[in-house]
Amino acid sequence: MSDRLPGFSTLAVHAGAQPDPTTGARATPIYQTTSFVFNDADHAASLFGLQAFGNIYTRIGNPTNAVLEERVAALEGGTAALAVASGHAAQVVVLQQLLQPGDEFIAARKLYGGSINQFTHAFKSFGWNVVWADPDDIASFERAVTPRTKAIFIESIANPAGSITDIEAISTVARKAGVPLIVDNTLASPYLIRPIDHGADIVVHSLTKFLGGHGNSLGGIIVDAGTFDWSTGGKYPMLSEPRPEYHGIRLQETFGNFAFAIACRVLGLRDLGPALSPFNAFMILTGIETLPLRMQKHCDNAKAVAEYLAGHPAVASVSYAGLPNDKYNQLARKYAPRGAGAVFTFSLKGGYDAGVSLVSKLQLFSHLANVGDTRSLVIHPASTTHSQLDDAAKIKSGAGPDVVRLSVGIEDKEDLIADLEQALGA
Amino acid sequence: MNHDAYPDNYIRGILNSVKSIAMVGASPVNVRPSYFAFKYLMQRGYDMIPVNPGHVGKELLGKPFVASLSDIGRPVDMIDIFRNSSHIMPVVEEALTLDPLPKVIWMQLGARDDAAAAKAESVGIKVVMNRCPKIEYGRLSSEISWMGVNSRTLSSKRAPAPTQGMRLSLNRMSVGGGDTAASDRAAKNKSEQS
Repeated sequence: MSDRLPGFSTLAVHAGAQPDPTTGARATPIYQTTSFVFNDADHAASLFGLQAFGNIYTRIGNPTNAVLEERVAALEGGTAALAVASGHAAQVVVLQQLLQPGDEFIAARKLYGGSINQFTHAFKSFGWNVVWADPDDIASFERAVTPRTKAIFIESIANPAGSITDIEAISTVARKAGVPLIVDNTLASPYLIRPIDHGADIVVHSLTKFLGGHGNSLGGIIVDAGTFDWSTGGKYPMLSEPRPEYHGIRLQETFGNFAFAIACRVLGLRDLGPALSPFNAFMILTGIETLPLRMQKHCDNAKAVAEYLAGHPAVASVSYAGLPNDKYNQLARKYAPRGAGAVFTFSLKGGYDAGVSLVSKLQLFSHLANVGDTRSLVIHPASTTHSQLDDAAKIKSGAGPDVVRLSVGIEDKEDLIADLEQALGA
Repeated sequence: MNHDAYPDNYIRGILNSVKSIAMVGASPVNVRPSYFAFKYLMQRGYDMIPVNPGHVGKELLGKPFVASLSDIGRPVDMIDIFRNSSHIMPVVEEALTLDPLPKVIWMQLGARDDAAAAKAESVGIKVVMNRCPKIEYGRLSSEISWMGVNSRTLSSKRAPAPTQGMRLSLNRMSVGGGDTAASDRAAKNKSEQS
């Protein structure tokens, strides 16, 4: 057979998974084991020295997790990936490879509230200094670049309001600054946007959301685009310099265009420890098989719900990039032509109190702190996910006191609209 | 041959047919990429010959170093060059003096010399540039998938049961998988700039 390229849905089902060589099992087995036997002392030494491919210990790698890694790498158009315990863990592991204490990274101001907290507080204690920029003002990224800048971090579809980021414009800034562009692609999933096609060097996900898709398993992943040259100028010593942890190996030289993923595994995951359970990897893999089907339904439902809300007299405004008059509609048409995602916000004329009342009256939408579930979800960001921000920062990140966030599920859209109708109307 | 993107069957054909490999620039230092590749290919059953004039009189994993290709004294199927792009041409020129000629000249990750490649191809030698045979072997046997690497292959066929804990079949039927076009473009841009 020729080397024709398979489509997205084929990759979602097959990439990384082959029948188990020992048993013939067709579904990916759950290798629920901590450790793997060595053939002999030399084999063990080869594995520990990174000379051979193979399994040592599940904190460094696991065959079930490896299937998940290859699948997401293939869906994103990357060279390799590393699965970790959560999206937050993915962010720690990525930045640990790039920043030394005292270094800076630039982050878009519109981010998941948990990421804003992680960057502002936890990372500050590591000496990694975040500098905020406005994704609606590309020049603000350019102005934020200093000699200590080591990376730029954005979300493709930004939490909470579902705004679309101009990835290509920011990738141009990153390239000029000589730093990698990291894109959190959680809310889009590779079905809607493949950031690597638009200039991303590293993609991260919370697998917990649309990729896993069923609200049952935490996970995170890091995808290496294989595009960034880590060797220049000694700016990224974890990749370019001899590593004392491995008797002087230089990772970029040894592993070429998947060196970043290897660094995340053998320096990040190995030493920081946020390993993904193989059981969770199995659950997420099963979810990914239906990603294209689910994601399209999520988007179609979200558009119908957004249109309904936009016409409701109790609603002050709807922020959904899939609506033709939305501020981000042009960017949505360019980056996410199949749909603008399923997470968005709207504000109620009745303000905070009306938001609290709506949440309490909804019967199908679940009030909880997650997105990207088969079930429809609702939350009031100002009192939950974004509650630790001050009022000005809440408004800047799109989570003002009158704002309600929805994550629209894959139920029948008529039932979702009926639920909103009764909760808004009564 | 388009040296920006090799068909899997081209690489598979090479790795399936060659038996002896002379590695120019092989290092006895066990954290160097050439040592990794040498050891791996030897474990996969290739007849490995280390070529490095600085280590003549010593052995690499039991194989004696030779100073140059012409010192090997027997036919070799493939020459794997672990040198920078600027040092490729003289090695290829020496390879072209061998009788019989090698079937394949392989330049390691990061190494590319299109003029040297054209010279070799003009006498019927197959050329691979900017690739690592260890990575390609691991990719096509899907062994590299254990490291979360995109093997760019898909298969519904069961591979032979592992031998000594290793999955070793280059002949597993597979079709193309997820592409890595962005990385290939970046590599091309880099080689054009240098």
